[in-house]
Amino acid sequence: MTPAIQVQSVHKRFRDVHALRGVDLAVEQGEFFALLGPNGAGKTTLISLLAGLSRATSGRLAVMGHDVVADYREARRALGVVPQELVYDAFFTVREMLRFQSGYFGLRRNDPWIDELLENLALTDKADAYVRNLSGGMKRRVLVAQALVHKPAVVVLDEPTAGVDVELRQSLWGFIKRLNREGHTIVLTTHYLEEAETLCSRIAMLKLGEVVALDTTANLLAGHATSQVALRLDPPRLPEALQSRLVGQEGEVFRLALRQCGELESVLAVLRENGVAVQDLEVAKPDLEDVFLELVK
Amino acid sequence: MTGLYTLFLKELLRFFKVSLQTILSPLVTTLLYLLIFSHVLETHVQVYPGVAYTAFLIPGLVMMAMLQNAFSNSSSSLIQSKMSGNIVFILLPPLAYWEFYVAYVAASVVRGVVVGAGVGLAGLWFASLPVAHPLWMLAFAVAGCAMLGAAGIVSALWAEDYDQMAAVQNFVVVPLTFLSGVFYSIHSLPPFWQAVSRYNPFFYLIDGFRYGFFGISDVPPGEGLLIVAVCFLALSLATLLLLKSGYKLRK
Ligand SMILES: Nc1ncnc2c1ncn2[C@@H]1O[C@H](COP(=O)(O)OP(=O)(O)OP(=O)(O)O)[C@@H](O)[C@H]1O
Ligand SMILES: [Mg+2]
Repeated sequence: MTPAIQVQSVHKRFRDVHALRGVDLAVEQGEFFALLGPNGAGKTTLISLLAGLSRATSGRLAVMGHDVVADYREARRALGVVPQELVYDAFFTVREMLRFQSGYFGLRRNDPWIDELLENLALTDKADAYVRNLSGGMKRRVLVAQALVHKPAVVVLDEPTAGVDVELRQSLWGFIKRLNREGHTIVLTTHYLEEAETLCSRIAMLKLGEVVALDTTANLLAGHATSQVALRLDPPRLPEALQSRLVGQEGEVFRLALRQCGELESVLAVLRENGVAVQDLEVAKPDLEDVFLELVK
Repeated sequence: MTGLYTLFLKELLRFFKVSLQTILSPLVTTLLYLLIFSHVLETHVQVYPGVAYTAFLIPGLVMMAMLQNAFSNSSSSLIQSKMSGNIVFILLPPLAYWEFYVAYVAASVVRGVVVGAGVGLAGLWFASLPVAHPLWMLAFAVAGCAMLGAAGIVSALWAEDYDQMAAVQNFVVVPLTFLSGVFYSIHSLPPFWQAVSRYNPFFYLIDGFRYGFFGISDVPPGEGLLIVAVCFLALSLATLLLLKSGYKLRK
């Protein structure tokens, strides 16, 4: 099957910044994919190249098999982008914007779908309001609606939840998950890592324009980060054999690193052999934040 | 075609929504020129035999208003979109560079012609005007607006802020319109300035447009239209090449 997104040895140089340094990436159709990385990593730059807002210095990008330069019409029809910046046109209302956007994509009578979008993004009562008069979170949702007017096969959301309140964030993700179930490929960037962790099946991490990790969320969590176990010991003494695992100590509480939770058994065995009793025990699961911090440091 | 048509419609709606500023205000400004100049000069100046100065002035002012408003339409729309970032809404869809060009130029022509018609109609209150050759009149009006619409695109592509945009308007477009024979026939200028005027494409626009009314001109209208057409085509070619290359739009 043609990949939804294909990025091949892409470089992007701005005058004095080498923003992308040989990025290779493929996102399969139907995936829910996260593009993570610290500020300035090159996430938005990569999205701009995909959308044709900017041109690669070298390399090749394709959306649903359509080259974004040679075959730009097909590539753009297949792509919906929610830009990171909160942009809007001060002259028009929400509905006018959505109608124009439909027209640009060649769709004449799109009102049923526009109404459905407004409904799902909780914008129905703002349909005839000028976009300039909406709150920041509402403007962001209008951008989401604009990206979806043409039901694109691939939806790219550049920090779609920045500034959106908790309740609406949940309903926004509910809607995006539905689109994903219906077959749309979803790519998102976010700085809320627990969002990526719960939603996305695969993750790419960018750092200074390079992909430093590209794997399933499960593998990233298993392979990079360690669980930790906090043990209250009596007597408060850590046997020699466990010293290499020690990551911190507060009074009688020792925090030990575990590559996998299964290792807990051998830790407990060593303690028993050495006559050390466990008074309290707490296991902390690794999260994406640990992986992230480890990879970008 | 739906994409192109929608962009054109959006550009029309944009200026109609603020018509106080885009239609009424240029109309009032132009009528003030008419009021003052015709009042001061009516009895002192006769440019064409048998044509009252006010009547001579009206077509020039109409053309001047059309040119400035056509320029202002495409340039202000584009620079505003660039500065506010909402240009992405038209960069993301599958619109071709030439659709951009056609939509913006066509909207400029409509704005120019609407303002021009307004000035012309209001001018009838000051003097009665013959219309000797309506087709020549229309040809020069449309060519002039289209040319300035294209010039507006080029300027707004080049300009990186409102200041630079205003500079083009104030230091290029306004002087060229004022120095093109709106208020006089170039035959009343010293020979040197007559020669200089012939390098100003706006001169041919105004001269030809006036021919449409009085059937009198400094340059034969066919020759004028040919020069205007060449300028328009050259400017259009430049605009299309810039748009195609993504100059300052797709970095
Ligand atoms: N138009 C531009 N001109 C010059 N440099 C640019 C331009 N756009 C981006 N850059 C640079 O490219 C690098 C990557 O920027 P980019 O916006 O892609 O980062 P990002 O990963 O999206 O960051 P954030 O999380 O803050 O949104 C940065 O160093 C940025 O300064
Ligand atoms: Mg970004």
